[in-house]
Amino acid sequence: MDLTILWFILITVLFTGFFILEGFDYGVGMLLPFLSRRDEDRSQVLMTIAPVWDGNEVWMITAGGALFAAFPHVYATMFSTFYLALFLMLVALILRGAAFELRGRSQHACWRRAWEAAICFGSAVPAFLWGVAVIDLLKGLPINQDMTYAGSFFDLLSIYSIVGGITFLAVFVFHGATFLSIRLQNTGLILRARSLARVWGIIAAAAFVLCLLLTVFSTDILTRPAAVGLLVLAALLFIGAYIRLCGRHYVSSFVLGALTIACTTVGFFAALFPRLMVSSLNPAYSLTITNAASTPYTLSIMTVAALVLVPIVLIYQGWTYYVFRHRITPDDVQEHSY
Amino acid sequence: MEALILSRWQFAITTTYHFLFVPITLGLSIFVALLETCYVRTRRPHWKAASRKLVKFFGTLFLINFALGVVTGIVQEFHFGMNWSEYSRFMGDIFGAPLALEALTAFFLESTFLGLWVFGWKKLSPKLHCACIWIVALGSNISAFWILVANSFMQHPVGYAIENGRAVMTDFPALITNHYVLGEYSHAFFSGITTAGFVVLAVSVWKVLHDESSRYAFTQTVKAGAIFMLIGLFGAMGSGHLHTQYLAQANPMKLSSIEALWETADPAPFAIVADIDQSARRNDSEIAVPGVFSFMLYNRPTGAVPGINQLQAQAVEKYGAGDYIPDVCGLFWSFRIMIGLGGLMMLLGFVTLFLAHTGRLTQKPFRCWLRFLPALLPLPFIANSVGWFIAEAGRQPWIVVGLQRTADAVSPNLTGGEVWLTLIGFTLIYLVLIIAALCIALRYIHQTTITDEPAAERGRD
Repeated sequence: MDLTILWFILITVLFTGFFILEGFDYGVGMLLPFLSRRDEDRSQVLMTIAPVWDGNEVWMITAGGALFAAFPHVYATMFSTFYLALFLMLVALILRGAAFELRGRSQHACWRRAWEAAICFGSAVPAFLWGVAVIDLLKGLPINQDMTYAGSFFDLLSIYSIVGGITFLAVFVFHGATFLSIRLQNTGLILRARSLARVWGIIAAAAFVLCLLLTVFSTDILTRPAAVGLLVLAALLFIGAYIRLCGRHYVSSFVLGALTIACTTVGFFAALFPRLMVSSLNPAYSLTITNAASTPYTLSIMTVAALVLVPIVLIYQGWTYYVFRHRITPDDVQEHSY
Repeated sequence: MEALILSRWQFAITTTYHFLFVPITLGLSIFVALLETCYVRTRRPHWKAASRKLVKFFGTLFLINFALGVVTGIVQEFHFGMNWSEYSRFMGDIFGAPLALEALTAFFLESTFLGLWVFGWKKLSPKLHCACIWIVALGSNISAFWILVANSFMQHPVGYAIENGRAVMTDFPALITNHYVLGEYSHAFFSGITTAGFVVLAVSVWKVLHDESSRYAFTQTVKAGAIFMLIGLFGAMGSGHLHTQYLAQANPMKLSSIEALWETADPAPFAIVADIDQSARRNDSEIAVPGVFSFMLYNRPTGAVPGINQLQAQAVEKYGAGDYIPDVCGLFWSFRIMIGLGGLMMLLGFVTLFLAHTGRLTQKPFRCWLRFLPALLPLPFIANSVGWFIAEAGRQPWIVVGLQRTADAVSPNLTGGEVWLTLIGFTLIYLVLIIAALCIALRYIHQTTITDEPAAERGRD
C-alpha cells in the first residue's frame, strides 16, 4: 500500500482514539460543576478521570505530531489558519491541565470552585472548537496557491461550523455522562448524570441531524457514499446509545457512544480523502496526501515506528484502565486527599 | 515584520517558561525514583515510614512542577505550526519525525505511568509502583533526547538534502547520532540533575531550620540533594567543556561570539570582561588572559581561533550579503553568568554537604547564613535560561543554521495584532499559573511534617 494512504489511515486512527478518550474526559469536565453541590461528590467525579486524562490528551499531541511528520504542509497550514482558535484552545487546555493538579491541593471552597470552573471551561472550549475545526475542514477554507490561509478569524465561524461545535460539545457531554455511570458507585450521582445525559442527548441528536443536513448541502459528501453511510450509521448508533441509557444499560450505552464517535471521525476522514484541507478558492489548491506529504524515506521510518509503538502504547494504556477498573468510592477520594 | 518580532518574543517567553519546569522534571523524577527505591529496599524499621513520606513529599513537588511543564509543552508543539508555518513547511520532513517519535515513545510513557504512580499506591505492589516512577524518569529523558535531536538539527544540520526548496531527510541514523545531540542532551541532563539537586537542597535546608520535628529526615535529604547537585554540576561542567570544544568545528560563529573574539588570534585570549561595541565590530576595552581560550579548545596554549569579522566575511562569501553575527554582547555575558553561577552553586553544595555531614547545619553562625540559601533558589533557573539563550540566540540570524533564516520562517498570514493578543494572553496566564503553583508548593512545604519517633531520637545523638 502507498505509504501516504497508510498515514492517512493512521492519522484517522489517532484522531479516533483522541475523540473517544478525550471525549469522555471533556464530558466529565463539562458536567463537573453541575452534578452535585457537595464537594466530596465532585471529587469523586474528578477521580474517575484523574489517573487517565493526561494519557488521553497525549492522543491529541500524537495526532498533531503525526500530522507534522507525515503531512508537514497540513500541519503548517492548519495550525496557522486556526491561529486564534488554537490560542483559545491552548489557554483552555493550560487551565484545565493545571486545574487537575492544583484543585485538590487546598481545602478552601473558593479555590476548589475556581479550578472546577477552569476544568469546565477548559473542557467545553476544546470540545466546541474541535467541532468547529472539523466542519471548517470539511466545507473548505480560503487557502491560496501557496497553501496559505487567506481569510480572517471570523471566516472560521459560520452557522454551519457553530452547529458542528455544538454537536461535538453535546455528544461529549453525553459520552462523559455514560462514562461516569460506569465508573462511579454513588447511585445519586449516576442518576443525576443520567438525567443530564438525557437532556444533552436530545440536543446532540438534533444538532447532529442538522449538521448532517448542512453537510449534504454545503459539501460534496453525496459523491462519497462510504462517508454518508458512516455518518448515518453514527446517527443510528447514537440513538441506540440513548435508548440503552434510558433503560439503564450503562455499559452498552457507553460502548455505543464510543462507536458513534468512532464512526463520525472515520466518516469525516472518508469525506475528506484524499484531501486533508479543502480549499474553497480552487479545488487545485487543496492540500492532499500527495502534495502535502513527507518524503517516502521519512514516511517509511515513521511507519516502522508507528506500527511497533502504537500497539505497545495500547497495551499499557489498556492495562491502566484495568488497574483503575473499580468504581470510585469516597474512600478513594480520602486516600488521595483529592 | 511586527508579527516576526512578536512571534520571536512569544516563542522565547514560552520556551524559557517551559524550561523552568523541564529540568526539575528531568532531575527530580530520578531523585524521587531513587528515594522510592531506598524506601522499597530499606530494612531499617525506623527509616521505612519516614522514607515513604519523603517520597510522597518530593513526589508532590514533582507533580506540581510536572503539571505546568506538560501544559506549556503543548503550547510549544503547537507554536511551530501556529507562528512558524514556513519553518514547518521547510523542515517538516525532518523536524516532524522526532516530534512524533517524542509523543509516541515518551509522552505516552510519562503520562500513563505517572497516573499509575500517583493513584496506584494501594493498587500496585511496592516494586511495581517503584518501577512506575522509574519509567516516568525514563520517559522524561527520552522526551528530552528527541526534542534535542530536533534542536541539534537546527544548530548543525546533518543527514539531509535540499529538494524543491525543502529540506528532506536522507539519513535518519545520522540525525540521531549527530554529535551535537550528545553535547546538548548530556548538558541538559546534568543541568536537570543540578536544578533538582538545588531544589531538594534548598527545600530541605529550609525544613531543617524551620521545622524541628522534621529535622532528622530532612538532614538526610540535605546531604542527598547536595551530592545530587554536585554530580550534576561536575557533569554539566564536563559536558559543557566538551561541547564547547566541539563547537569550534560545528559552529565557530557562535563560539567566537560567546568569547567576543572579533579578530582571528593564535593563541586566542580569554576575555574575562569586555566592553563590546557590536556596531563597530570590536571591543572598546577588555581584560583578557592570553592563550586561555586556545587552551580551552585545544588543550594546549596555542592554536588559531577564527574571529567574528573573518567568519562574517566567509559567511557573506557563502550566503550573500547580510549580517551573520549574533548578539555578541548577550552571548558573552550569558556565558559568564552561566559559568559564574555554576561555580557559586558548587561552592554552596560543598559547604552545605560539609555542614550536614558534620552535623553543624543548625549551629550558630552557619544557621544564620543558611537561612539565605532558599532565597538563592533562582540561581539554577537563571543558569538554565541563559544557557538556552546562548544556544538559541547564538544561531541567529538563522533558524536552521545555513539553511533557513528566522525572518523567512514566520507564518505569512499572521498580523501583528493577532500575535500581540496571544503574546499578552500567554504571558498573563503563565504569570497567574506560576504564582498559584508557587503558593501551593510553599504552603505544602510549610505544612508537611515528616516525624518519626525513633528517627527523631537518632537525630539528637
